[in-house]
Amino acid sequence: MTLTTELKDIFTKNLRTSGIYIAFVLIVVLFSILTNGLLLSPTNITNIVLQYSYVLILALGMIIVIVAGHIDLSVGSLVALTGAVSAVLIIKHDMPWWVGMLAGIAVGAICGLWQGFWVAYVGIPAFIVTLAGMLLFRGLTYEVLNNVSLSPFPGEYGQIAGGFLNGLLGGYGFDTFTLVIGVIAVAGLVYSQWRNRQGRMKYGQSVESMAMFLGKNAITAIIILWFFWQIATSRGMPIVLIILAILILGYNVLTTRTVFGRHVYAIGGNLSAAKLSGVNVKKINLWIFINMGLLAGVAGVVFSSRSNGAQPGAGNMFELDAIAACFIGGASTTGGVGRVTGAIVGGLVMAVLSNGMQLMGVGASSQQIVKGIVLLLAVAFDIYNKRRAGAGS
Amino acid sequence: MDTTILQMQEITKTFPGVKALDGVNLSVRTGEIHAICGENGAGKSTLMKVLSGVYPHGSYEGQIIFEGEELKAASIKDSEAKGIVIIHQELALVPYLSVAENIFLGNETSRGGFIDWNETNHRAADLLKRVGLNELPITQVGQLGVGKQQLVEIAKALSKNVKLLILDEPTAALNDDDSEHLLNLLRGLRDQGITSIIISHKLGEIEDIANTTTIIRDGQSIEALDMADPASNQNRIIRGMVGRELSSRYPEREPNIGEVVFEVRDWSVQHPVQQERTVVDHASLNVRAGEIVGIAGLMGAGRTELAMSVFGHSYGRNISGSVLMDGKPVDTSTVGKAIKAGIAYVSEDRKKFGLNLIEDIRVNTTAAGLGKISSNGFVNGNKEIQIAEHYRQSMRIKTPNVMAKVGNLSGGNQQKVVLGKWLHTAPELLILDEPTRGIDVGAKYEIYTIINELAAAGKAVLVISSELPELLGICDRIYTLAYGRMTGQLPAAEATQERLMELMTIEKESTR
Repeated sequence: MTLTTELKDIFTKNLRTSGIYIAFVLIVVLFSILTNGLLLSPTNITNIVLQYSYVLILALGMIIVIVAGHIDLSVGSLVALTGAVSAVLIIKHDMPWWVGMLAGIAVGAICGLWQGFWVAYVGIPAFIVTLAGMLLFRGLTYEVLNNVSLSPFPGEYGQIAGGFLNGLLGGYGFDTFTLVIGVIAVAGLVYSQWRNRQGRMKYGQSVESMAMFLGKNAITAIIILWFFWQIATSRGMPIVLIILAILILGYNVLTTRTVFGRHVYAIGGNLSAAKLSGVNVKKINLWIFINMGLLAGVAGVVFSSRSNGAQPGAGNMFELDAIAACFIGGASTTGGVGRVTGAIVGGLVMAVLSNGMQLMGVGASSQQIVKGIVLLLAVAFDIYNKRRAGAGS
Repeated sequence: MDTTILQMQEITKTFPGVKALDGVNLSVRTGEIHAICGENGAGKSTLMKVLSGVYPHGSYEGQIIFEGEELKAASIKDSEAKGIVIIHQELALVPYLSVAENIFLGNETSRGGFIDWNETNHRAADLLKRVGLNELPITQVGQLGVGKQQLVEIAKALSKNVKLLILDEPTAALNDDDSEHLLNLLRGLRDQGITSIIISHKLGEIEDIANTTTIIRDGQSIEALDMADPASNQNRIIRGMVGRELSSRYPEREPNIGEVVFEVRDWSVQHPVQQERTVVDHASLNVRAGEIVGIAGLMGAGRTELAMSVFGHSYGRNISGSVLMDGKPVDTSTVGKAIKAGIAYVSEDRKKFGLNLIEDIRVNTTAAGLGKISSNGFVNGNKEIQIAEHYRQSMRIKTPNVMAKVGNLSGGNQQKVVLGKWLHTAPELLILDEPTRGIDVGAKYEIYTIINELAAAGKAVLVISSELPELLGICDRIYTLAYGRMTGQLPAAEATQERLMELMTIEKESTR
């Protein structure tokens, strides 16, 4: 395959997977122009990371739920409940920050277990179970908080979402530690891509041309390094970015490399065939929801840490942001299709849209309208591509 | 009655990158039954979609003359208005609506926007009488069997004053009785002057019923055979379809049979929903290493139910009896345990139960045996490719690599992927349920060859099939199943279609 046909394929044959990346670049360029470059300023990039990390964390769990052919409407309420549990323990009962954090995550996992039980072993559609969960967990949040907000958290807890690692290796107008992490990230990425390519070649599978491989990696490397440079010249490495990066890497491996991940795609792709292939569908479904609850717990901790308190109404509509991120990122509404990377980019599209419009001073009402239309167009685009692919065969 | 009702001239239809039809000619006489034969993918269905307006006028080249006028249908509605009605392989009925509602769906008998129910049900009852269906018009369609649903479709067509009825594989899902009834109905309609076009893979049926047969191969019309000519027999049709004479439809094989590998004793299964209905009744059977054993039975005899209940209790309730592998009892109560015990089951419905159509060959091949290529829960991607590639080559799956989406493959290639998937689990016994259903003649031969290779490698093979010639052609021994009971077993050398049919239709009480 030559480089030119490969480049052409990105915009034609592979548009379904590459479309989201192209759209993301276009949106970033558009808003940089509209905001006179403010969007990509060091401070703002750090802000985007801090402000939208919870949506990305939720999207990681949601993509697995959606690929398996389910949906979870309860994560917004669960974010509120886990944050509330954590706040009550730390603020009211003077527990150390890490007890609150672990308790929040544990409550998330238990709520996930509860929902997974009804979905997997009783056979109630996830839409109903999580709709009930949405009401149930919201009600519990009010109970736990006694209808009032709790704040502020003591210093350490606030560091989870608001802290930075910098100055560890000194600074010269920029933070060296952050840059070192950036370089390690690039090196790790290129190495794993290279190994993957070597492996495929060894087994006689077709791979992209060397030029394409190098070009792709060079562009990714430049973007990553530039990104780290920007945050290094601002406030340094946000702790929440480290958490996020570990989660994204972990879930990417979980969905693409493990037996569990395979079984999730098998269930979403063809439930009957998965059953007859010996997949323990009930067990997998149970774990999918435990995992979603756990991540909602993490998001709850991050969110309460960032807002420095717990409010009964917290996390409202978060589930819709997470679901939208997955579908914008190319997940199929009927299950079986979707990727962690897609969901993350989908979440970033939503984040840049919100942030860009905020910078421009667009009102909340218009922001909602634009986000709604973007979601609609993204799925319409996906269906159009599917139909085009179907007609060709 | 020697007028021509339909003349399709030089029809060419191109999809992006594929020429599906290439100058096809078809000429149908008024009041005849006209069969269209061809391998899967030859273009039969595309041709019928052109005729029925699914592909509107202008999206294809060539001319259609219907009753002396050029037909320029912009939609299905247009061609139906002219009296051309198509009944698709997948029936287009709404299961939760009544028979009468389905018959008049989109064509309701109404007065001022309100449906006249008395008139609707009355007319529906008349139409049901015409097609010989003894059901009330208010019965829900979902409660009827496939055979009866087919008749509802025909009644629906009659309600539209059909002149030319097109049936795409009408008997594929029907049992022999229902098929016979349907074919008789078509003969009756012929006598009433309704012309039919029938697409079918069942050549015996075509020989029986058709006046003319048009053969299509690779998007081109090859020839039109007059079926009154005694030379126009099944072999003649096959020769036209594959473009060569198949010397034998079943590959030669030298059986080398060993010890009993698999045994089922006293196996009983009850229907999952209907109380006290026994679907499999104290059935016993065994299969030896290197042996190919068939199960013959009519639709509803419990063949698939027997196989699926053995394989991980995937069907039925109150399952009793024992399964033995190499003489030792094994637990097959979940699919996982059955696979571990060395059993593999290839379903009759590969799209629904066998494959994940949106995934590639690689993922499908390893789907049932991921444990063999993973450690600590991590799948070894390179090993996976290697294994998928191995089966792609040994099964002769016709794709350039293992990254091809399974949904885009032909029926024969899909079946090979399923076979590869189950071979990867290294089974001792393979249960093949209708292994050649919906597969064209050339690919069938390849599947038989693979089955023979498996037996030669010492595997025990159990084949379930509705096609008796197929069982006689490939099996060493054949069991017959009737109403859930084993009614006999015959070595293939002694078996004939007649003897099997006798055993397959034994009613309760008469034996055992």
